[in-house]
Amino acid sequence: MSAVAHNHDHGHDAHEHHHKDTFITKYIFSIDHKMISKQYLITGIIMGIIGVGMSMLFRMQLAWPEESFKVFSFFLGERMAPGGVMNNETYLALVTIHGTIMVFFVLTAGLSGTFSNLLIPLQIGARDMASGFLNMVSYWLFFLSSVVMVISLFVESGPASAGWTIYPPLSALPQAMSGSGAGMTLWLVSMAIFIASSLLGSLNYIVTVINLRTKGMSMTRLPLTVWAFFITAIIGVISFPVLLSAALMLIMDRSFGTSFFLSDIYIAGEVLHYQGGSPVLFEHLFWFLGHPEVYIVLLPALGITSEVIATNSRKPIFGYRAMIMSIIAIAFLSTIVWGHHMFISGMNPFLGSVFTFTTLLIAIPSAVKAFNYITTLWKGNLQLNPAMLFSIGLVSTFITGGLTGIILGDSTLDINVHDTYFVVAHFHLVMGISALYGMFAGIYHWFPKMFGRMLNKNLGYVHFWVTAVCAYGVFFPMHFIGMAGLPRRYYTNTNFPLFDDLQNVNVIITTFALVGGVFQLVFIYNFFSSIFYGKRTVQNPWKSNTLEWTAPIEHIHGNWPGEIPHVHRWPYDYSKPGHDEDFVPQNVPMKEGEQQLHH
Amino acid sequence: MTTFLVLTVVVLLAVALWQLTKIFDLTQVGSGNVNDTQIANDNDNKVNGFLMFAFLGFIYLTTILCLLYYSDLPLIGDSASEHGPEVDRLMVISLVLIFIVQTVTQALLHYFAFKYRGRQGQKALYFADNNKLEFIWSIIPAVVLAGLILYGLYAWTNIMFVDEKDEQDAIVIELYAQQFKWEARYAGADNVLGKANVRYIEGVNNLGVDLSDPNAQDDFTAAELHIPKGKRVIFKMRSQDVLHSAYMPHFRAQMNCVPGMVTSFSFVPTLTTAEMREKPAIIQKVANINAIRAKKSEELVAKGQTALDPYTFDYLLLCNKICGASHYNMQMKIVVDSPEDFKNWLKENSPKTIVQAVKTAAAEAKASEESATQQPKDSAAAPAADTTVVAQAEMKQ
Repeated sequence: MSAVAHNHDHGHDAHEHHHKDTFITKYIFSIDHKMISKQYLITGIIMGIIGVGMSMLFRMQLAWPEESFKVFSFFLGERMAPGGVMNNETYLALVTIHGTIMVFFVLTAGLSGTFSNLLIPLQIGARDMASGFLNMVSYWLFFLSSVVMVISLFVESGPASAGWTIYPPLSALPQAMSGSGAGMTLWLVSMAIFIASSLLGSLNYIVTVINLRTKGMSMTRLPLTVWAFFITAIIGVISFPVLLSAALMLIMDRSFGTSFFLSDIYIAGEVLHYQGGSPVLFEHLFWFLGHPEVYIVLLPALGITSEVIATNSRKPIFGYRAMIMSIIAIAFLSTIVWGHHMFISGMNPFLGSVFTFTTLLIAIPSAVKAFNYITTLWKGNLQLNPAMLFSIGLVSTFITGGLTGIILGDSTLDINVHDTYFVVAHFHLVMGISALYGMFAGIYHWFPKMFGRMLNKNLGYVHFWVTAVCAYGVFFPMHFIGMAGLPRRYYTNTNFPLFDDLQNVNVIITTFALVGGVFQLVFIYNFFSSIFYGKRTVQNPWKSNTLEWTAPIEHIHGNWPGEIPHVHRWPYDYSKPGHDEDFVPQNVPMKEGEQQLHH
Repeated sequence: MTTFLVLTVVVLLAVALWQLTKIFDLTQVGSGNVNDTQIANDNDNKVNGFLMFAFLGFIYLTTILCLLYYSDLPLIGDSASEHGPEVDRLMVISLVLIFIVQTVTQALLHYFAFKYRGRQGQKALYFADNNKLEFIWSIIPAVVLAGLILYGLYAWTNIMFVDEKDEQDAIVIELYAQQFKWEARYAGADNVLGKANVRYIEGVNNLGVDLSDPNAQDDFTAAELHIPKGKRVIFKMRSQDVLHSAYMPHFRAQMNCVPGMVTSFSFVPTLTTAEMREKPAIIQKVANINAIRAKKSEELVAKGQTALDPYTFDYLLLCNKICGASHYNMQMKIVVDSPEDFKNWLKENSPKTIVQAVKTAAAEAKASEESATQQPKDSAAAPAADTTVVAQAEMKQ
């Protein structure tokens, strides 16, 4: 696996250790949270390349349906793309694996795994995670699940193709589609391992935040990043086991003849024995994770954005307590809204009205967050570093994508836009692009902390601006083809003359997607070359207040050479009157007579 | 091939940009502390601040372009059901609200990013919290959303819960889904569908109707969905294999078909197919589509392929839940007839009941069996019962 190869990379120079490390304990089976976060990040980036690459391939099929491309033959081979023409099963496989990889492997493990691991101990002032060993196991389970998922791409009958939501019976019956054979088995195995990894990680984060804060670091002095990771871990622990149970039941249905989700099925000329189960039950279980998952992906990105926006605005984040309360409110509400994915699933319509109510409530804490970000920018002294641009970009796509949630969360309106491209546009903007921006913001901001070197800012600017234009170019028009009734997950629309006038829009979208996708190479190049050749960083390049920047540039076990710094103030004393510098790190004691100016 | 060219151009562009940034870097060598070079300076703030403002322009431009092309809401065309206008009205209200909030917040966000771009010596305002502001922007969304929720719930209840009186006047039709086609089963004169289960599927009885059920005696099926204008239609959905979704966008109607249970949706059609074809929006849409098809046909003919048929508008039932390889081509034509036409259509089709078809098939099978015993070598006389199986196998290809 190439991921292993990259994990061997020497991210920084050798340095003194408190005790001796071998190559294996330092770079592979490391129990140091900083190394584990790098492992998460690089694995996540590699999975991201696969996931984004797949989307470029199926976008080409949508723009130029059933045309022959050499790239198809090259990447997909003769079986999946005979004569260079992508076939319909391959299209569904690509869509499915793209969704799975992006949601779970990139934006859950790659984002949360990287930054929770890096920042929780460093920002709360801890020597390491509560359990370094569990942390290591968590990463290697994630790695294993990635390997299984990638292997599933090479199964003869094709990878899982039933959509990332894997609704049975389609996913349960190999007779229903070829991807539901060995490919789906591997998908389920991979996800089961992934969930185990995610649970170990989450438990570790929760325990660490509760128990290992340094002296003076009360819960109301935690940076918003840590608050976001903490709450995210809690929703993960609550909801991921439910998906695990669904996956196990599906495995039982598939392989051991139970009927949890299946009933009264006649397929391929015979009646199957299943009796009494219901696919709607699976939908409930899936979305009980599936919706909180949106916030598992998004909250860490919002946490990172809060930190990056405050630091680069040289201003306190506006409404610190309101931000914490809205994170908690969003997390709570996220566990009672899953039914809005199922308005027309056949469940009792009364439930539809309940879920409409709870869903639209989420807009309130979300609006509070958006307005607080905007107010933080107001009268700031904005340092427009690449991380800051991605954070502002996140707020922009979060608003655009979030607003259309008002339509989809309304059961009446959902009737006609459900499962159309309107949905695709909505969730890509609000969770896909936003979370991706959060991840990029985090990488640009904490790269110096991770690797002791800086990313090239000009490449960062190019990366941001092209990505920003392309993201809107791809997803904005999708709202309109969705409102025109175009269903998602169609291999081609040529069988419906009704949609002929939307074909040129598809070409525009694909063009933006290809340009945007190719330009991610700018980032990939910047990332990997800067690990070795980037400019060396100073200890606190962004003049930030949080504790991670008081630790030495070179990574050592235990993070701080001497005593762990004590905390005397909240993390957002930027441009505080009465100080010469425009930042006052958390470990600086209050001056005599200095007042706390925030609530 | 063109894609390749495009890709090549993109790659070249990327290389050029990379070189540009490299040159940028070189110009900065020796300017102060080496460690500062990758941190935004006043010039970066200025350039990116202006770009932020320009980006606001880009967002507005995209919005304006989309509004120019797609302002004719609802985009799918006039609604053809009684509840449709209600859905459309709520949609337009929501879209207008979204449009206003989007325009204002994006302007604030990007304008602030431009206006307060960093400058050496500029000091930010220490402004940590303000409960009054937080209160305002919690309460305003709450009030607006309360309105939307109430309207939405009112509409939803009207659509999903049919009162008993309406139910008695309605006609009942079953929509039957399978990979990858739709079938409709009409309840016949008694307006009650006979019991059905996949375990009864045999031969021409491919919907699994319980032939012994008295209510099933007059049930008949159709491959084209005919419904009458002005009368409530209650659809009972079933699926025999995987999840499907019966999506009838012109009627603002959709419901999943779930194996093992019967789901339901109902509406009153308000425009016959002929009337819908006369709607200006539809005329324009069809003309537009036909222009595109004519152009495509020219290309096809030039390549020696057959031209595309011109398009005439028809209501459609689409499958909108991923259901397998040929999901993208699972559709059925819907025809909304005037009440008289519908009566005639019923008169013509209702005698072809399922029970009758089963009897005929059995008789044919018996006849062919007899002829087969007379000529034992005639293998062509396969029992009619196998046709569905064969069709299924073909569809799986």
